[in-house]
Amino acid sequence: MIGRLVEGTPRRGLVLLAVLLMAFLAAPLVANDYMLTVLILILYFSYTGQAWNIMMGFAGQLSLGHALYVGLGGYAAAALYFHFGIGPWLSLPLAVAVAAAAGAILGFLAFRFGVAGVYFAILTIAFAEFARVGFDHFTWVGGSAGLFLPVANYTRNDLWTLRGNPTMFYYVILAMTVAAFVLCHLLLRSRAGYCWQAIREDEEAARALGINTFRYKMYAVVLSAGMTAFAGVFFAFYYNNLFPEQVFSISRSIELILGPIIGGVGTLVGPIIGAFLITGLAESLREVMHALGVDVPGLKQVFYGLCLLAVVMFLPDGIWPPLSRALGLDRDSSRGQGT
Amino acid sequence: MILEIENLELYYGDAQALDRVSFAVEEGELIAIVGANGAGKSSLIHTIAGIVTPRSGRIRFRGTDITGQPTHITCNLGIGQVAEGRQIFPSLTVMENLEMGALLPRARGKMRESIAQVFELFPRLAERKSQIAGTMSGGEQQMLAIGRCLMGRPELIMFDEPSLGLAPALVQELFKTIRALNRRGLTIILVEQNVAVSLKLASHAYVLENGRIVMSGSGPELLNDDRIRNAYLGI
Repeated sequence: MIGRLVEGTPRRGLVLLAVLLMAFLAAPLVANDYMLTVLILILYFSYTGQAWNIMMGFAGQLSLGHALYVGLGGYAAAALYFHFGIGPWLSLPLAVAVAAAAGAILGFLAFRFGVAGVYFAILTIAFAEFARVGFDHFTWVGGSAGLFLPVANYTRNDLWTLRGNPTMFYYVILAMTVAAFVLCHLLLRSRAGYCWQAIREDEEAARALGINTFRYKMYAVVLSAGMTAFAGVFFAFYYNNLFPEQVFSISRSIELILGPIIGGVGTLVGPIIGAFLITGLAESLREVMHALGVDVPGLKQVFYGLCLLAVVMFLPDGIWPPLSRALGLDRDSSRGQGT
Repeated sequence: MILEIENLELYYGDAQALDRVSFAVEEGELIAIVGANGAGKSSLIHTIAGIVTPRSGRIRFRGTDITGQPTHITCNLGIGQVAEGRQIFPSLTVMENLEMGALLPRARGKMRESIAQVFELFPRLAERKSQIAGTMSGGEQQMLAIGRCLMGRPELIMFDEPSLGLAPALVQELFKTIRALNRRGLTIILVEQNVAVSLKLASHAYVLENGRIVMSGSGPELLNDDRIRNAYLGI
């Protein structure tokens, strides 16, 4: 298992990963609460970016509506806790199943009837918007007035019901991010990963090779949706409130894909680097502006736009591919003679 | 009989692409299908492969009815194709491209063996195995496309305009390869606009016009036919 995990990764890449993991594990010892919340946000976007990347980066299906799965997962878990007192870990399978089912419906409609490219992306937006409007009128979960989870006092951490201080949430999202990273690493080298990449590269050629493109595209959507729903459960219990207008809004979907686009679509490290840069810089910018006493609404969005513009113009593959080459971690040098 | 086609009719909307096409291919044969642009040559290959579904007619592969079966079924039965325009995966390495040809259940277990065979046939690919496929020359990409098809361990290969966009010297090389594959026992359907060369190569050939087979015969017979000479060879 371990052998398969590290196979083909250069030694200094492993060292770098280990150092990074140690730093993340040790971060709560030195970080204050504010820094910790920023780190949680970074890891949250790393995780969701990783999940989105399965669809776009691996299988080449552009989703602009991933907020749908965050929202469905969050609402499913929050509603069960709110109404029946069922804890997040028990409701997690249901939350994942609901989002995966939504992904399956979307995927089936799109792939069965040949909706592809831009039209597929529009369909994903439509689904998220549909959910937003629907949940506005879904009074069982609060409708447009929102759903609020009872806030516990932060004196003790309860992992079982996800009630606790930022440190606990930090380790939960860190574990999720590491798990997603490992899962994606294994997926890329699996048969499904190969089929996805073939579809991403040239769907017609993939079909000519005998790849069941419909089935593998469905796998990608369902898996990506299910993984994203887990982030939704985390989101619900971390923020303790859910509003359809916020959770399902298109800006959430966009926010979620900025990390992988800036870091490098289709790469494993890209979503993490992207989340780090975009969230880290946005937060620093806010701090600087705050210190200077400047308060401009929408500054974050302008900043996101500028980042995206810079990457698209100067690093169309994202930051990670050129960075990994510079560090000697790219796949050509990592492959060696043996393969 | 490896492939039998009976009264195949294909429509794209209201436009008829194939009109009562019937022919049969013997095991180990190399047959050529020639015709002008838009005659229905590619449509025929796509129908056999299962990329498009015919309105009527029957396709049998080794006696099994495969009419309208999707490519993941037909490929796994042993029908491979080298698509028009090569269609390699440009941002993946040569090795990855080859590995992706062997995802079919029938080919998975024999991946190592298949790779050795492909490298023996195309030593150039072995030299370039870590190269990103999109950065190779047209001729090398064509080798890769053929190699990737062979990775699926086909028994029948359909070539769709393989000489398209290749330099004349490479075209000679390509046809030599196709003949070599045929000598190794593979059945081949060759769709070409390069009529002279493909008729020389083929044991049997069919001429398609407006989706219909208008002429058939052995390669040399058609080469000496006045109508073919006028219409396709410009002599």
